Amino acid sequence: MTEVSPARQGSPADAISTTPRLPLGWIKRDHLIYLASIVGLIVLWHVIATTFFKPQFFPPPLLVLSTGREMLESGELMEHVGISLQRILAGFLIGSAIAAPAGLLMGSIPVVRAIFDPYVQFFRFVPSLAWLTPVVIWFGIGETSKVLIIVYTTIFIVLINTMVGVSHIAPNKLRAAACLGATPLKAFVFVTLPATLPFILTGMRLAMGNSFATVVSAEMIAADSGLGYLIFNSRLWMATDKIFIGIVCLGALGLTTDRFFRYIIIRFAHQYGPIE
Amino acid sequence: MVEEFLVARDVSYRYAARRGVEPVSVVRRFSVSLVEGEFFCLLGPSGCGKTTVLNLMAGFLEPAAGMLTLAGEPIRGPGVDRTVVFQGDDALFNWLHTIDNVAFGLRMRGISKDRRHTIAREYLHLVHLDGQEHKYPGELSGGMKQRVQIARVLASDPKMLLMDEPFGALDAQTRGRMQSELVEIWHKTGKTIVFITHDITEAVLLADRIGVMTKGPEARLRAIIPVDLPRPRRRSSAGFGETWEHINALIENEEVGGP
Repeated sequence: MTEVSPARQGSPADAISTTPRLPLGWIKRDHLIYLASIVGLIVLWHVIATTFFKPQFFPPPLLVLSTGREMLESGELMEHVGISLQRILAGFLIGSAIAAPAGLLMGSIPVVRAIFDPYVQFFRFVPSLAWLTPVVIWFGIGETSKVLIIVYTTIFIVLINTMVGVSHIAPNKLRAAACLGATPLKAFVFVTLPATLPFILTGMRLAMGNSFATVVSAEMIAADSGLGYLIFNSRLWMATDKIFIGIVCLGALGLTTDRFFRYIIIRFAHQYGPIE
Repeated sequence: MVEEFLVARDVSYRYAARRGVEPVSVVRRFSVSLVEGEFFCLLGPSGCGKTTVLNLMAGFLEPAAGMLTLAGEPIRGPGVDRTVVFQGDDALFNWLHTIDNVAFGLRMRGISKDRRHTIAREYLHLVHLDGQEHKYPGELSGGMKQRVQIARVLASDPKMLLMDEPFGALDAQTRGRMQSELVEIWHKTGKTIVFITHDITEAVLLADRIGVMTKGPEARLRAIIPVDLPRPRRRSSAGFGETWEHINALIENEEVGGP
């Protein structure tokens, strides 16, 4: 197994600078292809929606856009977006804060792994949604339940990635640290932790994606706000345009938060060799 | 009588038995006695157990029988008096700048940042890596990475260096340069060096004494060949070829079933 750091060899900036540049300066060919691809999808959407369907079954982009504008003006959209994002971030951050240290301990100390591994291996196959009803009974219908559901989703992904990271540390690194005078505790802090960081960050990025999926499910079943609620509730009124607003918002939010997260990783953690 | 430095006495090591697999005796009754300040090469074919011997000396492995001592003290576990230069570059801390890799051992001892960076710079200078302080290992060539490893172990001021085929992965040109630089460094620092290699030429170029190992399993020392050639040595030096042939004959004799 090779190490996960060859990403460092050629930095992404080098790769981009070799593509042909256009007269407009900072706009590069890849950006234009990216943009054209998005426009192409919207055009395709328009053609299919207007050719084969009635607007109430498959709303064309312009209808969705005008509904979106109305919802923005009434403040309805931002309310749903805000509350969903808040739940995702809270659950995602709490879950990561629990899972990363737990994964480091389980990966480094065999006894700890032996104790907790059965739980991890069992519960990671139980989808968070299965817990929704018990969680609502125990913690009520409020924010706590929804955040807990996302914490649950996040924990397993980050935990397992972290454990894999610990097991991927080259034994020579730990041996080198030991003969340079590192105690087991110092080796953990100065070698295991930084060497595992790319795996933790990758786990967090994956967990972020799952948090989006989970918040929607949770909000569909037990909420009166959020994008999941918007999508599920609109079903009752056959408001497909609002459902599409929800879908577009989820995709855009996911993409934006992932890009932001990636930027943070490259900006502040590039020397740890993150997987981009 | 020179005082004994690193001593291995009847050291054996075997891998534990697994289901359906007999325990493998990798090293059996291995004995050697090193003199302080000498350059000792351990020479043997791949898979003969050289690295196991080094890991026993480093304290990464515990002998099943026998005893290892350094300056009279028994070896129990890894210690700062015996630092290891590994073959692969995966022993470097890829998230740390070169200078912080070199200063790692000093950091473990709680030495202040200014002080350890000053010391690290001296050792980077010794291995000809001036100006590379703030590069990451991933940005260095294979030869430079091994220089960082050498500087890193020297900065900890150990009693001896254990080197596990450190130049094995380098191209011939770089390897040749690293070999002569290592001899220079050895002269300057006076450290005892145990250097593992499977390359007879490398052993004859570097060593005061060459420990020729038997083929594994159950490896032990077959012979110790002193190399009295004057330094600096070249392949064309007088006596180089004879020593080479002598060692080669020793190894080949064993391959056809003993002398």
